Amino acid sequence: MKFRSLILANLFRKKVRLLLTLGSFGVALFLFAFLAVVRDAFNRGGSIAAANRLVTINRVSIIQPIPLSDRDKIMRIPGVQSVTHDNWFGGVYQDEKNFFPQFAIDPENQRQVFSELLVSDDQWNAFLKDRQGAIVGASTAKRFGWKIGDRIPIKTTIWGGGAWEFNIDGLYHGRTPQDDDTQFWFQWDYFEERVPERNKGQVGWYTVKLDSPDDAVRVAKTIDDEFANSPYETKTETESAFAAGWVKQFGNIELLILAIGSVVFFTLLLVTGNTMAISVRERTGELAILKAIGFKDGSILALVLAEALTIALLGGLLGLGLAMLAIPVLGASLSGMLPNLILSKSILAGGLGFALLVGATSGLLPGIGAMRLRVVEAFRRI
Amino acid sequence: MVSVNTNGNSAALIQVRGLNKTYRRGGEQIQVLQGLNLDVDKGDFVAFMGPSGSGKTTLLNLLGGLDVPTSGTVSVAGDEITHMSSGKLTDWRARHVGFVFQMYNLVPVLTASQNVELPLLLTRLSRSARREHVEAALAIVGLRDRGNHFPRQLSGGQEQRVAIARAIVSDPTFLLCDEPTGDLDRKSADEIMALIEELVDKHNKTVLMVTHDPLVAARAHMVLHLEKGVLVEASKSRENTMAGGVA
Repeated sequence: MKFRSLILANLFRKKVRLLLTLGSFGVALFLFAFLAVVRDAFNRGGSIAAANRLVTINRVSIIQPIPLSDRDKIMRIPGVQSVTHDNWFGGVYQDEKNFFPQFAIDPENQRQVFSELLVSDDQWNAFLKDRQGAIVGASTAKRFGWKIGDRIPIKTTIWGGGAWEFNIDGLYHGRTPQDDDTQFWFQWDYFEERVPERNKGQVGWYTVKLDSPDDAVRVAKTIDDEFANSPYETKTETESAFAAGWVKQFGNIELLILAIGSVVFFTLLLVTGNTMAISVRERTGELAILKAIGFKDGSILALVLAEALTIALLGGLLGLGLAMLAIPVLGASLSGMLPNLILSKSILAGGLGFALLVGATSGLLPGIGAMRLRVVEAFRRI
Repeated sequence: MVSVNTNGNSAALIQVRGLNKTYRRGGEQIQVLQGLNLDVDKGDFVAFMGPSGSGKTTLLNLLGGLDVPTSGTVSVAGDEITHMSSGKLTDWRARHVGFVFQMYNLVPVLTASQNVELPLLLTRLSRSARREHVEAALAIVGLRDRGNHFPRQLSGGQEQRVAIARAIVSDPTFLLCDEPTGDLDRKSADEIMALIEELVDKHNKTVLMVTHDPLVAARAHMVLHLEKGVLVEASKSRENTMAGGVA
């Protein structure tokens, strides 16, 4: 490109200013990527939820139990392929900060219902034979350095409290990077054996796998009708609706992220717009010369925009590069508190698009000013 | 041959007819140029002198297509530029005019070579062809070995030489020099004037120059005096170089 040397020379004219502007872009783009990753993590439950799965919880709240005996009634409903149940354990490993999701699962049906979470047959069979056995998600095992054969204590303040001992019999992996591999599964029989009498025979929720997603509305209504007017009325919804409702418990994450993102966008726009405006104003005489020797208005605008876009591109790559380095580390430290933080290609592309949009917008007004510069007046001013 | 206030020489390179320029400042109208007529032939070297505010720079701006007259016409090599659109005028300037300014106006972040190359970026010349043109222009101004120097690494006289190289690199029809020695000491001014004379004499360039300095003006073929927007006097300046005279 013929004008490359001119654009680059102008870019590096004030190195400190360039570094500060790139820094602003870098920080903003890092924040953008982090917010997008968090938003994606919260929304992922809905997006990866199987279309043929329903979740049935107590109509009052998910923390209210429902009877284990409901399972057979649900299984009898036409269109239901299989049913599994879970109980939330709510324990920590060694320290309060080592939190991650643990569930007492139904080993008979877990793998049929959650077929995207993969465990080898050998490990699964070992788990089935071990009353205190546990299957751990790969990222949680990595987080705590656990391996198969380890015996680990998990402390809980509910279910009678105390530390429960588990044997790690296997690891599960998600079929895709988006699948949650932070969970800890253990035998429902072991759970049932140790919980206080008042909690026995009760589950936290059912996950129902359907023959066809087309049956979802009918089956959900049938389940809830089945238990209407009972002491344990139910609320059944698709897994994606359940996931969306779960996210809502944290507040309006979408709005929060949008608000923070908007502030970042406009602040960055002001910073870079101001930088470009000063940079163009400082060069009034040079721009006048370029126009005098034959640079057209469009070329002048293009030069200013190219400069702004180059800053945006470099700053954007800097911020996204930082995000690529930092998000896995942040994700590991927040493991258990947030779903997996994954910096996807679409987020990177969106970040780069965001940077270029800010660059183009910030360069536009100074560029138009430079384009409209009258050579004679500019020479009078310098 | 330079002709002033005549009905004109239709073969002249530059023909100015009835040129008026009026500015509005506050509520007041200021007539800077009043019905100027001028013919300049190819290869002429004309100096414009006059007190501040007499309209010298305004005339230069109008001749260079940087400004438009209130009335009257300017034709260069058959092109009537006063009614050209802004875009066409920009193209015309790129092809026909080389500018040299008092303050050199080089781009400080570009090397001498890159500064000289700027007008060529608007052409379809290849990179190697551009480099050849730049080297040739720098050789003419005696700065072939300074191509990689930035303006801050050059003296004032050298900076003005680079500005002249930039002005001639695209082989324009004529050069407009606005106080080219105004910011230089006498020795450097002499060198710059020798260079401009060389451009006229050896390279047959047409040069129109504004200056306050009578010694500098005396080196032109013809000195034209502007006073209150009117060409009131014209004098033959340099002996043995004039092909014609004042009509």
